[in-house]
Amino acid sequence: MRRLRRSMLFVPGNNPGMIRDAYIYGSDSIMFDLEDSVSIHEKDAARFLVYNALTTIDYGDKELVVRINDLGSGLGLADLEAIVRARPDVIRLPKTDSAEDVLQCEREIARIEREAGIPLGQTGMMAAIETANGVLHAYEIATSSKRLIGIALGAEDYVTDLKTVRSDGTELFFARNMILNAARAAQIDAVDTVFSDVNDEEGFLAEARLIKQLGFNGKSVLNPRQIAPLHAVFMPSEKDLAKARAVVEALEEAKQRGSGVASLNGKMIDKPVAMRAQYLIELAEAGKPATMGEGV
Amino acid sequence: MEWDINAIPHINEIPAQHGVFTGASAKILHTFNERMHKDNKIVGSLREAIERSGLQDGMTISFHHHFRNGDYIVNMVVDELAGMGFKNLALAASSLTDVHEALIPHIQNGVITHIETSGLRGGLAEAISDGLMDFPVVFRSHGGRAAAIESEELHIDVAFLGAPSCDPYGNANGYNREEENGSCCGSMGYAKLDALYADTTIILTDHIVGFPNAPFGIPESNVDFIVCVDSVGDPKGIMSGATRFTKNPKELLIAKTAADVIEKSGYFYDGFSMQMGSGGASLATARFLREKMLSSKIKARFALGGITGQIVEMHEEGLVEKILDVQSFDLVAANSLKNNRFHQQIDASFYASYSNEGAAVNQLDFVVLSALEIDTQFNVNVLTGSNGRIRGAIGGHPDAAAGASLSVIVAPLTRGRIPSIVHKVNTVVTPGSTVDVVVTDQGVAVNPLRGELAKRLRDNGIPLCTIEQLQKKAESIVGDPEPIHYSEAIVGVAMARSNSIIDVIRRVREA
Repeated sequence: MRRLRRSMLFVPGNNPGMIRDAYIYGSDSIMFDLEDSVSIHEKDAARFLVYNALTTIDYGDKELVVRINDLGSGLGLADLEAIVRARPDVIRLPKTDSAEDVLQCEREIARIEREAGIPLGQTGMMAAIETANGVLHAYEIATSSKRLIGIALGAEDYVTDLKTVRSDGTELFFARNMILNAARAAQIDAVDTVFSDVNDEEGFLAEARLIKQLGFNGKSVLNPRQIAPLHAVFMPSEKDLAKARAVVEALEEAKQRGSGVASLNGKMIDKPVAMRAQYLIELAEAGKPATMGEGV
Repeated sequence: MEWDINAIPHINEIPAQHGVFTGASAKILHTFNERMHKDNKIVGSLREAIERSGLQDGMTISFHHHFRNGDYIVNMVVDELAGMGFKNLALAASSLTDVHEALIPHIQNGVITHIETSGLRGGLAEAISDGLMDFPVVFRSHGGRAAAIESEELHIDVAFLGAPSCDPYGNANGYNREEENGSCCGSMGYAKLDALYADTTIILTDHIVGFPNAPFGIPESNVDFIVCVDSVGDPKGIMSGATRFTKNPKELLIAKTAADVIEKSGYFYDGFSMQMGSGGASLATARFLREKMLSSKIKARFALGGITGQIVEMHEEGLVEKILDVQSFDLVAANSLKNNRFHQQIDASFYASYSNEGAAVNQLDFVVLSALEIDTQFNVNVLTGSNGRIRGAIGGHPDAAAGASLSVIVAPLTRGRIPSIVHKVNTVVTPGSTVDVVVTDQGVAVNPLRGELAKRLRDNGIPLCTIEQLQKKAESIVGDPEPIHYSEAIVGVAMARSNSIIDVIRRVREA
């Protein structure tokens, strides 16, 4: 089954309490941060902590992502040296402005994989686009590497670059559409930015509905409290779900008949309809209480 | 004809002092107001009250803990008793807390030689864990203490009960209706029973109000003397404004899961009854239940126990019809007791006495309680820490767990490096046979004794695991703690609510 990325929980790399049990909150992905949430004095400690967490803690089936410092900061390479060896699913690059940023990082990852005896290409990548320049190069970035599983919008730096501030999302409209369209053209995922005011539940919900309608796969979240409402937004309605189930059943039936063409209520089911139905069912499955499975 | 009184059958058997009516005693002509000032139960000083109480060496004195960490009464009274030369007294408090560290010198000097309480904290707990007392401290639940008082197993000679307001005849209450300032503790639930059963009851108050101080928590018929003091306690330590709604995501996760469990348990229906223990996760459970009550249009008949602002809020919006309050946890609760007519103050026996079949805990559909440790037999410890030392209080834990049809224990799987789910608890406070469900952040386990409940929860989509799996998961995270090495000496005895011994607390051997 394809991996859902409705929620990517942000965990500061210098917070052992959160790192230890970040898997209990039910997010699809966990993103350990070595970048902006870690002060310059704690970079080494956070890197060490995240490395050890990844190599000792059982995070179950969560997708594990580590946001490194950018290579230009002088910290990024040390981050890669440690973290790639801990075998996370994905390395997230901050402040990606060009394909070259991705490729430069990919070369280092490949080298470390070879040195550490990790199958080449196992480490996925994700690029966060956080500048006006980056947004203009979104497609070039999205198609730069086979390792990329998605691109993301980092809105805080981006609005500063635009000389504005965040409001109802009007200011992000162009960037969101650029990134989303680039991701879809490259057939990878698109992940939206964080919503910083964790106490503004209404504002968060409005933004979640907006980005779902635009077509994003999901959002980064700052606080575990944002996960359940976000997943609820992505939960298909009973009506849509029933339709999707009927589509899948019709497809199954056609397959058993040995027929390549399936139809429902007299209408042929074409490929996009079939894909959308499958995606809705996956979302619904993921929406079940899955935070605590049988057998812990 | 002369009327012969002796012609009445059995008249000689009526004791002589009853006599024959000879006319009323002298009629008092003072106004009520003058009488109240001239002729009342107020004595000049604490010392005078003690002298007149008949207290002697070796007797038992009692206190309530409604003033929590703001209490001045226990230390004030014991200081006075020490000054008067009393020795060998038993101190039976409904509970003791950090502020009672000041008792240590009086224990060392032999003024206090025995303690009964629901719990101990801070310096006093540390000193007693280290062997301060020759005789073990007796820990009882609130319901167990009530039963012990009723059966005279715990006989109170003199009760010293602080009250935020009292009239000159002893009608005392946990708040003051006459003015807004001053101390306030809400319900006087634990004090009510002491006043009823003590041979002598002394009220200490900082607010004398006019008769009648109605409605009252303690009636004048249970009061012998009244002492005016400058202050009964520090208002800030007695209670805070409103119990904070937790924002801790882990506590919220546990609370949400607990609410889901309750919703699907079969005990969530229109007209249910509930109790929510103190502690972030159990209090937060009420919030999540509230949402479920609103969406499914369900109301609670009553909420019991220690009462918080959250329960009051639900009462005021019509979701909880009645409140039975043995102890008010915050100012919102105390003010509600004062202002809401269906917020009822109840005593410890009404609440939970083991000898009272009709105790309110026996009417509970469910209770949500926290825990320090839970073991794979579902036994719960709320009294001793992971280091084997005393640091908590039994409270109403075993009473509510036994009484409620569904007892839900909420706890994080681990706290820092300390596992909450263990092979064996350090001290059994609530027996596993009365614990139905354990909810942690990483899984829900149902007591195998409640097979039908487990099935109902599973059928309704609540994932379950075994308590052994939870224990193993905790162990996989924090490892297996080194065993504590105990000496033979016993520093405390934990009583079951039936007042038989359920466990003992031994002194930890120095490393």
